[in-house]
Order: sequence, then structure tokens, then C-alpha cells
Amino acid sequence: MFKKLAIGAAFALALAPASTFAAGGGEQHIEDFDFSFEGPFGTWDQNQLQRGLQVYTEVCAACHGLQYVPLRDLEALGYSEEQVIVYSADNFEVFDPEEDDFRPAKPTDHFPANTGVGAPDLSLMAKARAGFHGPYGLGINQLFKGMGGAEYIASLLDGYTGEEKTEAGATLYENTAFPGGWISMAPPLSEDQVEFADGHSASVEAMSEDVAAFLMWTAEPNLMGRKNAGFVGVLFLTVLSVLLYLVNKRLWAPIKGKRLD
Amino acid sequence: MSGIPHDHYEPKTNGEKWLNSRLPIVGLIYDTIMIPTPKNLNWWWIWGIVLAFCLALQIVTGIVLVMHYTPHVDLAFASIEHIMRNVNGGYMLRYLHMNGASLFFVAVYIHIFRGLFYGSYKAPREITWIIGMLIYLMMMGTAFMGYVLPWGQMSFWGATVITGLFGAIPFVGDAIQTWLLGGPAVDNATLNRFFSLHYLLPFVIAALVIVHIWAFHTTGNNNPTGVDVRKGSKAEAEKDTLPFWPYFVIKDLFALAVILVVFWAVVGYMPNYLGHPDNYIEANPLVTPAHIVPEWYFLPFYAILRAFTGEVWVVQFASFITGGIIDAKFFGVIAMFGAILAMALAPWLDTSSVRSGKYRPMFKWWFYLLIIDFFALMWLGAMPAEEPYATFSLIASAYWFAYFFVILPILGVIEKPLAQPETIEEDFNAHYGKADADATPAE
Repeated sequence: MFKKLAIGAAFALALAPASTFAAGGGEQHIEDFDFSFEGPFGTWDQNQLQRGLQVYTEVCAACHGLQYVPLRDLEALGYSEEQVIVYSADNFEVFDPEEDDFRPAKPTDHFPANTGVGAPDLSLMAKARAGFHGPYGLGINQLFKGMGGAEYIASLLDGYTGEEKTEAGATLYENTAFPGGWISMAPPLSEDQVEFADGHSASVEAMSEDVAAFLMWTAEPNLMGRKNAGFVGVLFLTVLSVLLYLVNKRLWAPIKGKRLD
Repeated sequence: MSGIPHDHYEPKTNGEKWLNSRLPIVGLIYDTIMIPTPKNLNWWWIWGIVLAFCLALQIVTGIVLVMHYTPHVDLAFASIEHIMRNVNGGYMLRYLHMNGASLFFVAVYIHIFRGLFYGSYKAPREITWIIGMLIYLMMMGTAFMGYVLPWGQMSFWGATVITGLFGAIPFVGDAIQTWLLGGPAVDNATLNRFFSLHYLLPFVIAALVIVHIWAFHTTGNNNPTGVDVRKGSKAEAEKDTLPFWPYFVIKDLFALAVILVVFWAVVGYMPNYLGHPDNYIEANPLVTPAHIVPEWYFLPFYAILRAFTGEVWVVQFASFITGGIIDAKFFGVIAMFGAILAMALAPWLDTSSVRSGKYRPMFKWWFYLLIIDFFALMWLGAMPAEEPYATFSLIASAYWFAYFFVILPILGVIEKPLAQPETIEEDFNAHYGKADADATPAE
């Protein structure tokens, strides 16, 4: 029995991912936000995603692209086809090789890439960063908290201390969530920068959370489908396991029973 | 086919006879499925089926993924996102394939260590063992090249580091590296050939699996006691064995179903847990990630690769006597491949005549230490190359080699093994002599 336990523990250790060991230097502080999409049965908060889209459109989009996200997918946030058409045309221009010119975006286009100031594309940012790494870099906390990509984004946006310094001609801003502690992105959000139609608070913290949730959606738009498939599959396989256990038990009973005398 | 006497297929109808005299395929399948199997096999013997399942899963999901994937440096990353967003069920296919690789390696490591503990590598199963090691090597090659295909940052830099290993070979290293990459650096030519080989190798593995099964069906399975099945007569053999179908097929399927519950939960709820976040950033030859970390299943050997730096006296000694031909980098490469070769040589390094570790009181503890060593190396492989990890890595690597080249040969001479059961039947009855119907089968 002990051997089994030991090997079970070893097995659990083996599952600790490489990813989590890759923490950069410096003490990072990542807040563990309670997002609605977390946990086995968590779902998107559509209002939050819409607010996040608004923050992205009015603030982030100035420097960051979302080149892998098709605009038509916005219907998943609860918008009608008409609304997506209007939103696309109003906010983005894309280059059309047929017209050899820029034209207003259509739902069949993607969000445009934006490489103007060298800011990274945000489509997959929530999966390209892990918020949690511990303990000892073993990543076991990810088993309970998740990878923490959205938490990282929200913590970063809300993590400016107000300190800044100039290094090699570039201004760096102190940030408690950024590896190394100094980031070249100026604090993007300020109090009441965005006015939400639903009257939701537009504090820096609230906007950070909203846009982080939205970026989780852009990174993993099929999160709900995946969790649903996970649930159905686990349920099915559990039932199958029980049935196979009973078949196996019955099959072997006479083999062992024969030896009774 | 098997050395264990058992019933063979007899064609009865005219149709069966007609086919059998032309192609005895039904007989072949019958003999394979009905192979007499030691009835005392425990739960460590289920991983072969899991491995077969993994190979099938990877091939099936892989073939569908290929239908939507584009092997080009400008398009590969975007085509993965296309699979994740636009292909029906594409995200499940891709996550199954991604995590299927991890399940494959979990299973192969347990399967290998099972063999190391119960002496499955010993005569007459050396060929089975060697073929198994070849399969393992092919798996590593396939997994490595598969990881390059999404063309993320870790794909690119992992490929750069690993192909760089070949550049460490004296005199011809640079030429070999260029030849492997199809150019001076990892680029489109590299991606294309990796894609081609990633598709090819699984079928080579499938062929080797058939040879692997053929080999151990000829010798018969090993079992937890390591005692041979009695082969004097069919009646005698039947006391020690049960046919594979249905007894072990059902048992293995039950185990597979339980493992798949866990696997499916990982795929559904935390599919990126075992991956690296940097691989969601498109490859950029101009930006090197802070830490280049291979996938978890390569970490133990990656730790051995990095353990032998220029400060280690063994390395300095090797460099001195070869006039500098073997430098620290090349020594690390030799050590890494040597660590795998050491496993492959186990049949000839282990001098003990007792197969099963159950009856080897000293061996047992050295073996458990090897398991701990393996996990320690896995952890160290992911740590930055700095103190104290470098020293730990060196100690852990040294133990890995010591186990195979020193401990196994010596133990066979100095160890006094415990009494083994006379027969498999005796072992089985000792377990189930007073068993009621509730006991877990064959446990």
C-alpha cells in the first residue's frame, strides 16, 4: 500500500508542468481574482466581456492588435449580426488587396494587427502568460488556481506604483506584476476613462478585470465548449469504468474462487 | 508463435479452410489474442495497452489535424489558431493531441520502470527490451518534432537548442547541424522536414510495436514473480496462465477507462497545464525567451545534458586525454544519450539471476532511489542553470549512471536473494487462496 501511495505522489509530481518553472526574476505579485469563467462550471459573464471589449476598443486598440480573432466571433458576446457589422465598420480599417486600399472592416475580417509601436498582439496573451508558478516552481498551485493568465493581465494593469525611471533613453514604469518590476508600457488606464452603458464602475481595478476577462475570451473562445466536453467525457468514462470494473470482477471471480479449497 | 503450449486455431468450415490455406491471418490473430498470459500479472502490467491506445489516439487526431495545418513559417502559427477557432471540434482535437503526447510519456515511463523493477529486460527478453528502447527513442524524436510544428517561441528555440546538440560533435558537427536544419538556422526548411518526419515516424513506431509484441509473445510475458511459466505440457501451462482474451483484455480496458477519466479531465479543464505559455507567442528569431525549457518528458535527460559543465573534473579529464576534442558541450551530449543507452544495456549490466525485484532485498532500495532520482532530475531540468541546482544535477546524473554501471553489476554478486515461489500458480494461490469474490482481481 505504501508503495502505491509513494508512486501516486511521485506521479502527481511528474504532472507538475515545465511551464511553471519559467518564472522570471523579481518578486511578482499576482492577485488571484475570482473570475466568473473559472472552475469546472464557471461561465462567461457576457456583460463583463462587453465591457472588456469596450475597454479594449477605446484604450488598448490604440497600440495592440488582436489579429487572430475574427470580428464575426463577437456575436458570442451577445451582439446581434447588425451590431457586429456596425462595430466593425465604425472602429477598424483593414487593407483590402483587391481594392488595393484600406476600407472599413467587415465581420468576415479579423481584428487588425497593430504593430505600430511594437506592442505585442493580445489575441493569445491570456494563454501566453502564467500568473502562478509555485511552490518552488513546481506549479502545483495551478491545479487549484488555474494558469492565471487573466489574473496576470488584470494584476499588471492594476499594478502600477506610480514610480518611473529613465533607462537608456526609454521611460520605464514600476509595476508589481511585471517580471523584473519595470515595464515600458505607460499606465494605460485611468479612473473613469471609459463610460459603461450599464453604469458599471470604471475604476482602474474594475476595468482591468473586465479587459482581462475579455482577453481570456479572445485567447480561448471555446472555453465553455471545452469544459462542457470535459464534463460529459468524464461522466461517460466514469460510468464506463464502473461497468468495466463489474465485468472484470465477475470475469475473474471463478478463477479466484476455484482456489478456495 | 508462443513457446507456451496452447490451443491453436483450427479452420472448420470450407470457407475458413480455403482462406487459411492461402493466408493464415485468422490463425495469427487468434494466437495473438489468445496468448497464454501469466495469471498473476498485477496492475503495473496495464500500461502496454495504454501505450497502444496512445499511439492510435495520436495517429487519428494527428491525421485530422494535418488536414487543417499549414507547415510554413508565416502560416503555421495562424493555422493552429484556425484549428482552435474555426475548425469544428478543432480545439478538442488539438488539445487531445497535445496532452495525448504527455499521456504517452507518462505511460512509457511507468512501462519502462515496471520492466526495470521486475527484470523484464533479462534473458530471454533482451530483444523485446531493445526494441522497446528504440520505440522510446522514436517517440522522443516524434514528440520533439511535433512540438516544433505550432511555431511558437518554445517550438523555435527548443528546435534551435536541440539541433545545436548535433553541432557539438567534433569536426563534422556543424555540417551535420546544417544538414539536419536544411540551412544555417531553424527556418522554413526545418519546419517542413520536421513536419514530414513527424508524420512518418509514428508509422515506424507502429511497425516496431508489432515487432515488440512479436518478441514477447515468443518468450511469453514476464510476471511479478519473474518465475517462468511451466512449458512441459498444455495442462501444466494452463495452471500458470489464462488466455489474454477475455481476462486481460477486460482488465486492461478497465484500467484504461480509469486512466482516461483523468486524461479527459486534464484535456477538458486544464489542457495547457503541461505546456509552456511561451508557445502561445509566435516564433521570433530575434527574441530569445528568458528560459528555454523543454517539455516535461525531456527534463530528466535535459538535466543530465546540462549537468556536465566545464568545471566538472570528469569533463576536464575527458577533455585533457582527448586533446580537447571532447569539450564540455560534447560531453553533455554524450552523457544525455549515454543515459538512455545505459537503460538499453541493462540486460547485460545486471548480473543477478533473479528477475523480480520483489525477491531482491538490496536491489529494491537502489531501485526506489532511482525513481526518486528520476523525478529529481525532472525538477532540476526545469530549473535555471545556477547553484545549487547545478550541483544537485551533477549528483543526480551521477547516480543515474552509477545505478546501471556500478550498482546493477555489483548487486548481482553480493546480494542474497529471497526465496522465490516455485510456480506462478503457487504465487497466485498465495494471493487468492482464501480470497472471496470481493477481492480485486489479480492484484
